[in-house]
Amino acid sequence: MVSDTDETSFLLFQQRIEIHKLRQGENLILGFSIGGGIDQDPGQNPYSEDKSDKGIYVTRVSEGGPAEVAGLHTGDKIMQVNGWDMTMVTHDQARKRLTKKNEDVVRLLVTRTNLENVVRQSMQ
Amino acid sequence: RDRRDRHRSKSRDGSRGDKSVTIQAPGDPLLDNESTRGDERDDNWGETTTVVTGTSEHSVSNEDLSRIAKDVDESAAPDCRRYLGPALSGALGLFAFLTPVAFLLLPQLLWRDDLDPCGTPCEGLYVSLAFKLLVLLIASWALFLRPPRAALPRVFVFRSLLMVLVFLFVASYWLFYGVRVLEPRERDYRGIVEYAASLVDALLFIQYLAIVLLEIRQIQPAFSVKVVRTTDGASKFYNVGHLSIQRAAVWILEQYYSDFPVYNPALLNLPKSILSKKMSGFKVYSLGEENSTNNSTGQSRAMIAAAARRRDNSHNEYYYEEAEMDRRVRKRKARLVVAVEEAFTHIKRLQAEDQKNPREVMDPREAAQAIFASMARAMQKYLRTTRQQPFHSMEGILQHLQFCISHDMTPKAFLERYLTPGPTVQYHKDNTAGRQWTLVSEEPVTSALREGVVFALKRLDFSLVVTARRIPFLQVREEFVDPKSHKFVMRLQSETSV
Repeated sequence: MVSDTDETSFLLFQQRIEIHKLRQGENLILGFSIGGGIDQDPGQNPYSEDKSDKGIYVTRVSEGGPAEVAGLHTGDKIMQVNGWDMTMVTHDQARKRLTKKNEDVVRLLVTRTNLENVVRQSMQ
Repeated sequence: RDRRDRHRSKSRDGSRGDKSVTIQAPGDPLLDNESTRGDERDDNWGETTTVVTGTSEHSVSNEDLSRIAKDVDESAAPDCRRYLGPALSGALGLFAFLTPVAFLLLPQLLWRDDLDPCGTPCEGLYVSLAFKLLVLLIASWALFLRPPRAALPRVFVFRSLLMVLVFLFVASYWLFYGVRVLEPRERDYRGIVEYAASLVDALLFIQYLAIVLLEIRQIQPAFSVKVVRTTDGASKFYNVGHLSIQRAAVWILEQYYSDFPVYNPALLNLPKSILSKKMSGFKVYSLGEENSTNNSTGQSRAMIAAAARRRDNSHNEYYYEEAEMDRRVRKRKARLVVAVEEAFTHIKRLQAEDQKNPREVMDPREAAQAIFASMARAMQKYLRTTRQQPFHSMEGILQHLQFCISHDMTPKAFLERYLTPGPTVQYHKDNTAGRQWTLVSEEPVTSALREGVVFALKRLDFSLVVTARRIPFLQVREEFVDPKSHKFVMRLQSETSV
């Protein structure tokens, strides 16, 4: 159902997460909320280290949803969705990329501020 | 702090040693750290203690030096050559002015009876002629009858061009007049009057040309010049128009006298105690090599490199010396300000209602002398610390105090003259003797300013280096902003669940 590919690269401390969408009635949901975008106010983002960062951040992960099962955490910054860049998109473009009706699986490339520590800990 | 004190005591010892040694070679720089030679001056005012100075009969005091400099200045006395050019142009102008009048009068005087009678049209021409001559006279007085600003090394090209033009004009008119009117005794007087009127018109147009060439052309700024004083690096930027190099030099000098702080030779050098440490390097001996000319540059370069590589703390010394100097100046300044403020509280202006209790009434000079004594010592100490004592004598300070009192100035206004070094023009009392400047230039000084022209204005002990750059051409575009287009929204912070 949901897999957790934990492929880490030493240089960039990024994580690839594969989320299988869950069908609820007519909609395919992923189970998290996003905030941010180049048309938004970056100063209000509680998760970013640099308050001028206009990237897409995960603001909420619903309990037991596909995203949580796949290993997404709140505060993650989404860098790519299925190969599409998400660092310089508007909020609406990000939403559209994530909710394409003809895709069942989305492969995200995320980065997390304390991912370096997590990697080190898991290596020891 | 210990290290700093040690350094300071070390440098103090060095300079104290300098002060107590008596013999100095003539021509040595005469002002070291604490210049006690100022006490040699006759007006030893404010200083009640005697100080042992370190001079012998071989040394040159500061006063002698300033006297010598003044002699050189005054030797540039107003000589007749300064007035030759204006006198010549004045004579030419007068000649040109009187020519139309002569044209009118000569037939009347010589062959009046033969002339055709000329009624109303001639009188109309007389009136217009009179007014045009009046305008010519007033304009010449306003523009050209001014004392010359400067004596330039080369001939002023535009002015000589115009003089030649006027001379040719008037000469050709006289020639024509002589041949066609005087010889055959022309009888048509109206034609003669019209001829004189045309000459006056032509003179007015030449005057217009003169105004445009001499006065107006240089008003529009075209070059930005940078003026740097070589001794202390004081620099300024000015905008000048199209001028020749010598005219630009005159204009720049006029700005220099009121913009640049006065040149103070005492403020220039690093104290000897700091520099002497650098100089004590090692000597290089060449053993028996006669033709070692090509080796000498290599040797000196090696010496300089070695000296640079050696670890020295002279920058440290300099830093602490500067900090100490700042502190000293500020302390003296504080004492001076307090003394002057307190002195000014002792006098006040006589009001009308004070007449009833008679006190001793003083004029400004006496009032100044009365309060001067309490601030004299603080003033002298401050001036000596900031090395300004050559510029202000006791008499000068008294006069300034008298001036400030009579104009109801506050102590701060009185002190403004001494706390900051003013422009040069403030310190020169007599402006009748000329100031000698030498224009040093690689290009002929009558050529016009161009991009990249560099010239220097030299004086005895410093010079001003002037660089000219063209002012860039400006592309000004227009952008229309509709006043209704200023609208604002709050920034978004959306959160979407997917």
